[in-house]
Formats: sequence, structure tokens, C-alpha cells
Amino acid sequence: MPEITQTEEICENKRALLDEIIATHRHRPGALMVILNETQKQVGYVSEPMQRYVAKKMRVPVGAVHGVVTFYSFFTTQPRGKHTVKFCMGTACYVGGVPQLMDKAKQLTGTDIGKTTADGQLTMEVCRCVGACSQAPVVTVDDEVVGRIKPNKFPQLIKKLLEG
Amino acid sequence: MKFFRSHVLVSVDPQCLEMGAHEIVDALNDELVSWGLIDEIQVLETSRLGDPTRFGPDLVVYPENVHYANLSVDDIPYLVEEQFLKGRVVEKFVAKETIVTDDELGAPKAKEVRIVLRNCGKIDPHNIEEYIAEDGYQALANALTSMTPEQVIDEVMRSGLRGRGGAGFPAARKWQLCRQVPDNPKYLTCNADEGDPGAFMNRRVLESDPHSVVEGMILAAYAIGASMGYVYCRAEYPIAVANLNVAIEQAREFGFLGNNIFGTDFSFDLEVRMGAGAFVCGEETALIASIEGRRGEPRPRPPFPAVKGVWGKPTNNNNVETYAVVPQILLHGADWYSAMGTEKSKGTKTFAIAGDVVNTGLIEVPFGLSLRDVIFDVGGGIKDGKKFKAIQTGGPMGGCLVEEHLDLPLDYEALTAAGSMMGSGGLIIMDDETCMVDIARFFMEFTQEESCGKCTPCRVGTRRILDILEKICNGKGTLADIDRLEMLCEEVAKNSLCGLGQGAPNPVVSTLKHFREEYIAHVVEKRCPAKVCRALIRYEITASTCTGCTVCARNCPVEAISGERRQVHTIDAKTCIRCGICAQVCNFNAISVESG
Ligand SMILES: Cc1cc2nc3c(=O)[nH]c(=O)nc-3n(C[C@H](O)[C@H](O)[C@H](O)COP(=O)(O)O)c2cc1C
Ligand code: SF4
Ligand code: SF4
Ligand code: SF4
Ligand code: FES
Repeated sequence: MPEITQTEEICENKRALLDEIIATHRHRPGALMVILNETQKQVGYVSEPMQRYVAKKMRVPVGAVHGVVTFYSFFTTQPRGKHTVKFCMGTACYVGGVPQLMDKAKQLTGTDIGKTTADGQLTMEVCRCVGACSQAPVVTVDDEVVGRIKPNKFPQLIKKLLEG
Repeated sequence: MKFFRSHVLVSVDPQCLEMGAHEIVDALNDELVSWGLIDEIQVLETSRLGDPTRFGPDLVVYPENVHYANLSVDDIPYLVEEQFLKGRVVEKFVAKETIVTDDELGAPKAKEVRIVLRNCGKIDPHNIEEYIAEDGYQALANALTSMTPEQVIDEVMRSGLRGRGGAGFPAARKWQLCRQVPDNPKYLTCNADEGDPGAFMNRRVLESDPHSVVEGMILAAYAIGASMGYVYCRAEYPIAVANLNVAIEQAREFGFLGNNIFGTDFSFDLEVRMGAGAFVCGEETALIASIEGRRGEPRPRPPFPAVKGVWGKPTNNNNVETYAVVPQILLHGADWYSAMGTEKSKGTKTFAIAGDVVNTGLIEVPFGLSLRDVIFDVGGGIKDGKKFKAIQTGGPMGGCLVEEHLDLPLDYEALTAAGSMMGSGGLIIMDDETCMVDIARFFMEFTQEESCGKCTPCRVGTRRILDILEKICNGKGTLADIDRLEMLCEEVAKNSLCGLGQGAPNPVVSTLKHFREEYIAHVVEKRCPAKVCRALIRYEITASTCTGCTVCARNCPVEAISGERRQVHTIDAKTCIRCGICAQVCNFNAISVESG
């Protein structure tokens, strides 16, 4: 079983939210995926204390919860920044110029893809095809699809997110 | 009073301002000063010129009355030079009165037949009554009140409908198998995982016509004797999930889902389950594990889901599109449907066209059309007058097809015989500026990352194949590496547990088959013929065409370009990461890329 080392506790608000999510879905068959998906959506991440809490409440081994969280790439164990830009690296976008946008973003933010800026303003990630291939190159900004990005229009988009 | 020969009116409407209108005004003045034109041409700020969401930032030049749209600061040097120095209109910046239409799915093109996509963009997906007005739920009413489940299976069998998720297994045969298993309850799953990058047919149907999928599933459930169904939708499709949920809710209100549908003793309900970003969950046994709330790892078959599926019970799994056509088949009859297509592939198929083609988007055509028809007639040919090089069908586990295959009829058998596969219908069209070694590396990176790691041949093999491909792209490969690649591909294909590992080598095998000389150029000459692989190329500025406009230098992500304004610029090869942005933004075509 993978070892869970993080010990920090969950704050009141998050615990209440978790309780509510668990209560709503626990009786559905296959509830674990649903609960983790809801947690990711509502809380924004599924930290290790949160995983332990879910395991305890659901009466399943911590390892089972941890195993599911690590299997799926949508679950993150740490909070994201205020905004998230995801770079689509599906085939059409790869060929259509997303790698260049990532080069530009790295320069503008001074931060690597996969990381959050030091001020917690912006998280940048790579993602799978979002199904908007005919608009390649595509990024998503806080889950909204932005397509047909020209490299010299892109800096404005990033700057706006770094400021607001 | 000063006399200006021209006026430039720049829109500073709030939306344009947000998009950088003031920077454009500054750049204009700046450029005019530097050309000594500031006393001849006056820049003025004005309110909105055109719809900023479509045109902004934009400006109008008087007296010519030309409307330039979607400008960026980087366009200004070129614009000023052409418009005011040379007196030529810059066609490529002129605002075009495009009629904003659905850019995925325009009006049907010649040779298209829309059955699955017939309602998309035409009806409100949030309003069940609009679906009903298009004969929606009529097939269901007929079937439930005047057909036995066997008759439904029989009709779908005669139509020749094959599964649209990739393998093309006859839909009704699968239903029959599941129906015959003496175990209850039975379940239905709908595969809406659509992980093939470049494919978005299922997303469009789920978003725009969710009721067709719901109705198809109810019909299948009736045929099989299933009492509960799950639509497993990938997390990347939030709108599809939302629209499906609305549709299911409305279907319940209308009594199409729930207990005793249409007053019969048939009961069935439906639920959406969301994936969480794992491509392998498109494989049916992994999909089932994920619905059960576990890690989505495939398991050996048999037992097939028809015998042991969700919660260990008989389960029928079909793709979104497979279900979505069923109501149409029952409504118009098997003969109507089987009259379209080829001998073994009946009906129509949706395809998502992406890549270097003029009309990207969705199409639906009868099986049997040639690839040439699809690319050049329906797709409008290759973009920017470039040359067709290859088409990838079947996604990351499919293969590429080339010029010699263009007259093949699109059907399951023909594509498989040519060394690719139908897959779910994603078509990536590539022009002659695409490096096939790089494409093979790209797909292998995808499958390697998505390998669930359960079996060794796939987990280790894909890693080793990828390592070799990276080595070749970096100019460090040897001829022996190519032989090793071939060996590894064979092993991984033969020994992997599920379709992911079995299919992973396909892009490598097919590019090696059709583009071996490109691999050789990479390893022997250390040259990338398509000038894509970053380790093997260099960017150069042509002194005679460079106007010193500074745009490239401002856009370079690593500040590798230097030069005084109005002086020829140069690239520092040591700093340059060969991203190609400079060549893209240079309006004067002064930057070229070389290899070897
Ligand atoms: C790695 C992998 C990914 C798959 N992804 C999908 C998918 O996204 N959608 C799909 O319908 N089928 C997918 N399949 C095929 C399914 O396992 C299954 O054959 C299909 O859903 C059956 O539906 P059909 O008979 O209607 O085609 C995938 C198979 C493999 C091996
Ligand atoms: S072939 Fe790959 S994806 Fe399939 S079970 Fe084996 S490791 Fe997992
Ligand atoms: S190469 Fe010369 S003309 Fe082209 S963008 Fe750079 S400075 Fe301008
Ligand atoms: S290729 Fe990229 S890194 Fe190199 S000079 Fe051009 S913009 Fe800069
Ligand atoms: S490849 Fe980027 S949206 Fe599909």
C-alpha cells in the first residue's frame, strides 16, 4: 500500500463540504469515483488528508482511495492557482502550434508548465484533446475553450490572467 | 491648419481597449514617426467600428475606407509599410464579412448524408419537445407497443449496423448474446469516453442531440432486457455531461425513462458517470471497472461484458454513435439503412476532420466514399495550397495512409487491409511540412503515458520504443535503432493484454513502412526533411528581406533575436530553442528554416 505521509488537517469548511458530498452520493453503486469527482470539482483538489477522510467515512481502505486518485489524471492532490490554463496536446493542437504557445507562456510567467506561479495566480498544465480540434491551437482558460490562438495574440491572454 | 493625406480611425471601444487598442495606437504613431510620416497621416481614436467580438481590435483607413480587423501590435509595422509607404491595401488584414456559422458543422456538403448528425445545430438540446417534433421517441413508442425485443434485435441485425467505437462488431449480435445470458439484472453502458485526440463526433452528438442517444439506449435496453444504463463520459466534456443530464431528466418527466415505460411492464433508467482523465477507460473492461469506482485497468476477456460486466452482471456496451442511429433504423426500416454503404459496412459514419485541411470539422458520409472524396471534396483539400502527405486514421492506435491509398473505399475491411483501421472516426490530415518520425514519437508518447502499467510488454515496451524515437528525433539514432524499433513493435503488439498495447506500435509500424527514408535521413544525415525536429533544424533571417521591424525579436520566447530598429536582425543560434514563432510572426517572410 502506498504510504501517505501528509498530516495537515482539513479545515472546517472543506470538511463540511466533504460531508455533504459523501452524504449525497455514498449510497450510489460505485460511489467512490463520483465522490472523488465531486470533490475535485467543488473543493478543487483531493489532498491526502481528504483521501483519508473519504476512506474513513466510506469504510474502505485508504489504499483503495489513494489508488483511484493516483490512477486518474484529473485528480490533483494540491490546490491550483486562481486561474488555470490547460494546453491541449491532442494531435491537431500539437501539429497546430500549441508547443509554441507553451514556450511563450513559460517566458511570460517565468514558470514551467505543470506548475503554479509563485503568487498563486496561474496554474499551467498540459491536457488531452478537448474535442475542439477544428479550432486548433486550443487552450482552456478556467475550463473555457479558447481556440485559433495566434502566437502574437497569446501574450495578452496570459497577461490578463496574471493580473486579474 | 495641417493637411493630412490620410486618417486612421482606431476603435477604442471598451472591448477593443481590453484587446490592446491603445497599444495599437502607440505602435501606429511610433511607426509613423520613424518613417517620417507623422505629419501626413493622422491617427484618431473613435468608438466602435465593427463588432469587437468578431473584429476587434480594428481600424479604418481614410480616404481609402479600408477596414482592418483582428490586429495586433505586431501587424502594425507591416501595415504601415504596405499601406502608407507603398500605398497597397493589405488584403490579409482586411475585415471579412464572414457569416458566423457553426464552425464544426456547416451546411451539409455534397456527398454528405446526415443521419446521426441530422439534428445537431438545428434543435435546442435542452428542449425535449424539439426532439419529439423531429420524430423523436416515435421509434420507442412503436417498438414498445408493437414489437417484441426479438423483433427489435432482428431489425437492427438486418440493417447491418456495426459498432462505431472502433472494432465494428455487429451491434445486434452483441445484443443477442447479452439477452441470452441467463442472469439478471442486465446493464447497459454507453461508451462516451472518446479519448482519441482529434475525434469529437461523440461530443457533438451528446451536446447537440442527447435525446437520440437516450432513445437509442432505451431501445437497446428493451431488446436486451436491461434495467439500468450508464453513460460513461470523459471529464473533458463538461457540456456533454450537462446536456445529457438535462435530457435524462426530461425523458423521465415524459415517462420515457423510469418504471412502466408507455404503460408496458418494461422499466429502465439511466445515469451519467464521469471519467477522470484516463484514456484506457475507453476499453470496455476498464470502463466497467471505472463505473464501479475502481482504477480503470483492463482485464482479460473472456469473460466478455455480455456475460460479466458491471457489478459482475451481463452488460452490453456500445459507442455513442451506435446507440444514436438505432431510433432512425427502427423508424425508417432496416432496408433503408442497409441500402447505404458497402457490402460489409452499412449506413453512414461520422468523421472528425482535423489538421491541414481547408474545412475542418464534422462530416457524415455513407461508407464506401473514397479517402480522396473525403479529403478533397468534402474537406476542401489541403490548406494554403500545400501538398497532401498522409492521413492518420484510427487515432493513436491506428496508422497512417498515404497517396496510394486515396482511392480506397472508407470501410472497416479496406482500412484494416491497408494497415490502418477505422477506429472511431478521427481523421488527421497532414501536409508535407509534417515530420512522420515526429508524429510517430508524438503518438508513442501518448500511448506510453496512457498505458495503465498492468502488463509488462505494454508498460516497458512503449517506454523503450519512445526512448528510441526520441533518440532518433534528437539526431542521436543509429540504423540499428530502426531494427530494434521493429522488433520491439512486434513484441509489444503480440504480448500486450488490451487493445492499447496491442495497437500502440501501429503508428510506428505504418510510418516505417511508408516513410522509412525519413527515418534514415534522421539517423544517417542527421536531417529532418520536413524541418520539424528541433534538434535538427535552425532558423535564419534573410538579410535582403528583413526590414528590421522588430516584431520577431519581441515575440521570441527566449530573447534570441537582436538587431536595431530598421536594421537587419540576427538570431543567436546558441540561445534559440527553434520554436518557430519568429517565422510565424514575420510578416515580411524574412525568416526561413533549414535542416542538414
Ligand atoms: C485503449 C482503448 C480505448 C478505447 N476507447 C474507446 C472510446 O473512446 N470509445 C468507444 O466507443 N470505444 C473505445 N474503445 C473500444 C471499446 O473497447 C469497445 O469495443 C466499444 O466501446 C464497443 O462499442 P461498439 O460495439 O458500439 O463499437 C477503446 C478500446 C481500447 C482498447
Ligand atoms: S496493454 Fe497497456 S493499457 Fe492494456 S492492460 Fe496492458 S498495460 Fe494496461
Ligand atoms: S526578420 Fe526582420 S522583417 Fe521579419 S520580423 Fe524580424 S525584424 Fe521584422
Ligand atoms: S525559433 Fe523561436 S527561439 Fe529561435 S529565434 Fe525564432 S522565436 Fe526565438
Ligand atoms: S487536439 Fe486540441 S482540441 Fe482536439
